[in-house]
Amino acid sequence: MALSFMEGNEAVARGAMAAGCSFFAGYPITPATTVFANMLKLLPPKGGICVQGEDEIASMGYCIGASMAGKKVLTATSGPGISLYSEQLSFAIGSEIPMVIVDVQRLGPSTGSATRGADSDIQFLRWGNTGGVPVIVLVPKNARDCYELTVKAFNYAEEFRCPVFIASNKEIGMTRESVDLDAIALPPLVERKPFTGENYVPFEADDDKAPDFLPIGGKTLVRQTSSTHGPDGYITIDPEVISASQERLQNKILAAEERLSLFEENHRQGADTLVISYGVTSRAVDDACASLEKKGTLVSSLSLKTIWPVPEKLLKEKAKAYKRIVVIEMNLGQYVNEIKRVLAGKNIDFYGQMDGTLIAPGKIMEVIDNE
Amino acid sequence: MSSLLNTSRPPVFCPGCTHERITKELDKALVKMGIPAEKTVIVTDIGCSGLFDTFFNVHALHGLHGRALTYASGLKLADPELNVIVTMGDGGLGIGGAHVLSSCRKNMDITLIILNNFNFGMTGGQYSATTPSDAVVGSEFLNNAEVPIDICEVAKSAGATWIGRYSGHDAALSDHFVTAMQHKGFSMVETLGMCTGRYTKRNKLNLAAIDAMIEEMPSMDGVVEKNQRPEYGERYRAIAAEKTVYPEAVTVEQKVTLDNPKREDIVILGSAGMRIVTAGDIVCFAGMVAGLNASMKNDYNITVLRGQSVSELILTPEEIGYAGLEIPSIVLALSDEGVQRRKKIFPKLTPETLVVKEASVTIPETAAEVVTVDYKAMKIKRHDWALASLGFLAKRGRGITEEMLIPALKARFNEKVFGMAMETVEKTLKG
Repeated sequence: MALSFMEGNEAVARGAMAAGCSFFAGYPITPATTVFANMLKLLPPKGGICVQGEDEIASMGYCIGASMAGKKVLTATSGPGISLYSEQLSFAIGSEIPMVIVDVQRLGPSTGSATRGADSDIQFLRWGNTGGVPVIVLVPKNARDCYELTVKAFNYAEEFRCPVFIASNKEIGMTRESVDLDAIALPPLVERKPFTGENYVPFEADDDKAPDFLPIGGKTLVRQTSSTHGPDGYITIDPEVISASQERLQNKILAAEERLSLFEENHRQGADTLVISYGVTSRAVDDACASLEKKGTLVSSLSLKTIWPVPEKLLKEKAKAYKRIVVIEMNLGQYVNEIKRVLAGKNIDFYGQMDGTLIAPGKIMEVIDNE
Repeated sequence: MSSLLNTSRPPVFCPGCTHERITKELDKALVKMGIPAEKTVIVTDIGCSGLFDTFFNVHALHGLHGRALTYASGLKLADPELNVIVTMGDGGLGIGGAHVLSSCRKNMDITLIILNNFNFGMTGGQYSATTPSDAVVGSEFLNNAEVPIDICEVAKSAGATWIGRYSGHDAALSDHFVTAMQHKGFSMVETLGMCTGRYTKRNKLNLAAIDAMIEEMPSMDGVVEKNQRPEYGERYRAIAAEKTVYPEAVTVEQKVTLDNPKREDIVILGSAGMRIVTAGDIVCFAGMVAGLNASMKNDYNITVLRGQSVSELILTPEEIGYAGLEIPSIVLALSDEGVQRRKKIFPKLTPETLVVKEASVTIPETAAEVVTVDYKAMKIKRHDWALASLGFLAKRGRGITEEMLIPALKARFNEKVFGMAMETVEKTLKG
């Protein structure tokens, strides 16, 4: 066994390469810059393209253009960059343009702290588009996840024709750790489904599916538009056509909820408390639960790897056996609202911390003990 | 091929609008060029100029206000064979100014047609970046206090390689479009025209006045000699083609099996310039040489040449969970700045923790085992103190051993640097 030593951002870049990414456009921002720096080393030798946009808005625009030409594209930024991505994100989401977006989160609000971690953007990623269309957000907890989830993110982006977010964190992106990449079994790669019929109607699709794809620049003429459009890609004001397309955008993600629900759990027989967390915080939760076990207290843990769409069925099923749920987040309480909504009636305790430091296992043990 | 116009979607502009004429001239130009429709894309943004993509039977991408050049650049980079045409109004020009500048500087083979009609037609005739200061517009007096931009002059200074400014009613407009499209590089055509729905209702503007404006402004009619250079995509691909070595992930083979591997939490407290992060890397590599998992969390200022540099390291046979440090087993106190950054840990330490302190460094009161080393007296330079400390630890078998350290140095450095590193390490390893 030979271990690699890399930060989460490098693992994301290597995952993107394993997924067949051939285009990156980005703009430097701490703590996401090294995703860009790595792609700049990795893409050219493989014939790929890596460019720096004149700003974040342009970087997203380059990605939109390249994706519409058929490339698998990646971009990476942090919270302030997601703010600037927002208008282009709405375009990519509403007009079904596949791409993977890494948000190496830092402490907000606003410019916040460039080198301090927090899970600042958990609701922002979900609701940062005009129209409120559902999105897919995956959350890594370590470098290994960064690698594996990036491949999955590309697969989802291609299948569902949508941007897929990796909600990383400064504390994963810029923390170097040993990881055995060769031991990770990657899923088979998914490519967007090409249209093979006679008359291409660019946004025609089943009620809960993404449309088939053809690239701009191919033999068949393709229309893409950010404006409200019917299946033909022309602007429409027909309420029935609009409503069908809005519902399809929603259904194609929500109908796949169960299949998209990635997670890790550590079930301890006899435990009556389940700690739910995601991202880097899950690591401290695991340590806290292991320490409590040594002291004779059994506590189970559930680490969500998919936070959007909300894994509602999974949460209900996993929470069923427990008297008490504890939610820990590296913010002042963003995702706990979803958990409270899904697990209405359950006894749910919450601890959130937003001070630029990791939540320590000792603090989590205190929260669990303090019933 | 006689026309690429989409007969099922004819232009819908106000009577007399110059946009309609430009639509037809662009069609003529595309026909003259003879490029197949499937190798042409029209990229548009918002406003009346944003309707252009619907009038043609070519590939089309309609996006956000002012951002058309960003999509066009992505398309062109991804598919260099595409003939990429962008239409943009004076509104898009204002809001997307950064992209216009960048396109001029990059010189990607894209043709930008600016349909300047001196106001925001679609939203009610508000002033834009090109509205004259004395015009009567839909935004009250706001244009009176500003001056309009001469985008051609701006483009020239930003490095555009082809610039033309013409009346939208110029008899040779389609030929100008052809010349612009044939130019290998970024070409920008500014057309001046009439917004009959808004602007000319309140302002005296006719074809003669437009011609007079063009006459008065600096002449712009094609290739800008002083800016000539290779097209961006070609240049990019030529440079990128030289990058032939794919950097594989660095791996560290296990070479040592420890009798009793245990967890070590090590923190190096230093300052910028002391190669703290490099030392952290080496500790982690040393751990991996012994088959341990390793993690490294660094804390340094954005201004990398000043301030503290702190590296927190974990070596453990277990999977690493929380990657912060609670109670370290080893502290290397190498600078006052670094110590100040983590001063809160010192009172929490027990005699089980080893603190290696350089003689010049002051540390808070602590119950830990403190060993003072005088690197200055050993003639070790400050930027090597962290490295020297690793030799110190290896000699005592604390955290790492010599068998772990030497392969780690070999894995981390090239031969020459390895030799220099060994000279430093040997001072503490053998000393």
